[in-house]
Amino acid sequence: MSDTVNVLPHRSSGSSSVRGGAAKASPRGDRARAQRRKRAEIAILAGPAIIMFLAFVIFPVFMAAYYGFFRWKGFGPPKDFVGLQNYAVIFTDQNFLAALQHNGFILVMSLIMQGPAAIAFALLLNQNIRGRSLIRVLIFVPYVISEVIVGTGWSLMLQYQGALNDLLINMGLGWMATDWIADPNIAIWTLMVIISWKYIGFAVILMLAGMQGIPDELYEAAAIDGASYWQIQRWITLPLLGPTIRVWAFLSIIGSLQLFDLVFIIWGQYVSSTAGTSTMATYMVREGRLAGNYGYGNAVAVVIFLISLVIALTYQRFVLRRDTEGALTEKSGKADA
Amino acid sequence: MSQVALTARSTTGRGRRRSSRSGASWGSPTTYLIATVLIAICIAPVFYIIVGGFRTNSQITVDPSGWPNPWVLNNYTDVLTSGLFWRQFSNSAISAVATTVGAVALALMASFVIARYEFKGRQAMYALFAAGLMFPMTVAITPLYLLIKNIGLTDSLVGIILPQIAFALPVSVIILVPFIAAIPKELEEAASIDGASRLGFFFRMVLPLSLPGVITTGILAFIGAWNSYMLPLFILNRSDMYTLPLGVQAFSSEHSVDTAAVLAFTSLSMIPALLFFSIFERRIVGGLTGAVKG
Repeated sequence: MSDTVNVLPHRSSGSSSVRGGAAKASPRGDRARAQRRKRAEIAILAGPAIIMFLAFVIFPVFMAAYYGFFRWKGFGPPKDFVGLQNYAVIFTDQNFLAALQHNGFILVMSLIMQGPAAIAFALLLNQNIRGRSLIRVLIFVPYVISEVIVGTGWSLMLQYQGALNDLLINMGLGWMATDWIADPNIAIWTLMVIISWKYIGFAVILMLAGMQGIPDELYEAAAIDGASYWQIQRWITLPLLGPTIRVWAFLSIIGSLQLFDLVFIIWGQYVSSTAGTSTMATYMVREGRLAGNYGYGNAVAVVIFLISLVIALTYQRFVLRRDTEGALTEKSGKADA
Repeated sequence: MSQVALTARSTTGRGRRRSSRSGASWGSPTTYLIATVLIAICIAPVFYIIVGGFRTNSQITVDPSGWPNPWVLNNYTDVLTSGLFWRQFSNSAISAVATTVGAVALALMASFVIARYEFKGRQAMYALFAAGLMFPMTVAITPLYLLIKNIGLTDSLVGIILPQIAFALPVSVIILVPFIAAIPKELEEAASIDGASRLGFFFRMVLPLSLPGVITTGILAFIGAWNSYMLPLFILNRSDMYTLPLGVQAFSSEHSVDTAAVLAFTSLSMIPALLFFSIFERRIVGGLTGAVKG
């Protein structure tokens, strides 16, 4: 209230002084007016994004934490408060623990299988070879098509009567033919191959982008000093690619922990646990929404979130921190230049 | 022998670095061999889907890995003349375009504030969006579904567009802020001397200068929305409201014996995202370069 009273005279004096001549404008009035204008601009520009974000991202996450304390079928407001019982059930359910193990396996194997391969391919594509841009487009194709298409296509190919086994038989490798999807000894490796196939293009593009950020002068200097191609890659490209590799690993880890689509599409809700490919997220959808236990499903979501959060924060604390410090010093360097 | 090949390669490597970036050389045969194998692996399953659509079911049963003989167009024409496919196609298109426009517009405005205005909550605002990267849809999906149900938006495209915009914001803001922050202060001062307000500066200078970032975030949002599966799975229940991923899945379980038709439906539904991406591919790499550096 007092604000309005204070501000109004300033504003009128401000506007009159503008009419009288900009040079003699009252500095206090102008500043107040500019301040108000700035606040309004901030609110108008950032407001919509913040409101959307709070309503559809933050609010549901908090609601998940709230619903997780109830036994609730999703009709009416939740009333049957059960405390931590849902969480106790989660951590004693063999199916969840198995799913958690699968996630851990996928996380580690994704890093091991995709990381080195992606760096190697990016080195390959970072050379000035003919058709480079075409190769780049093609390598990104699996990443661009949807999980549903990948899942449908691969599961048709990998059926027992499918194209892959037929191809193996035609090549005289019939003994290798097997049930790639249902055999519990093989299924998770099948999943790993499909995941690697689908997501390696993204890793390669990220690494390529990182490599193109490395200044040419460094390569020129090394070449003048007589370094070989491999020496240059080992001592210049790899170390300078460090931040990119660490960012990629972060994204890959989070993705592995949240994996849902591919497993759910290829193995469905029931086969995934017998084939040994279920993940925390498929467990959540199966036991939560599909079984009608909304309280329990939300508790599983909270567990997934907390596991991801702990891993993400640990990773940021010990691995990514160096990079943010580096980025800050780099920024001040840029400002000088 | 291999030693020789290696040295030869390193010399060409050095020569290449010294010469300008635009001049492409032929490189070593090994490079091309590896590249070819890599491409073959990436393309083969996609190729299998597309070519399989030109075969008949009996061809597929008799010889699962064979070539179409003869080529048949029936599967594709059947899909292209079905109303349901086009219905789902336009649902996907509306959802993807609306999500892209919404996410880019909102993220650009918010990023402009974060990068260009001095005020107290600036860092907090950036941290809020950055933290959003850790809130994936998997965690929020059940309450999100209940929220959408309570505001009566199930079985409507708006019901998937709004959450998709919200979930695209964190990545978009993080990519866009460095782009806008990198616009020199002098440009802003020059614009204000020429009488442009800060908003005028936004439209006349920021928008064109951060275009690479805008395109990258736009493509990511478009492809994300086009391929989105989990959210529509929860929100959309009527098959005429389905987006293509749900449509593909429903089609393949309804026509589980008609493999050829499933392959045709599947390959037609991936074309738009592929087309969209191949047009803008160059820009994606450029945009990511900026983001990774910043």
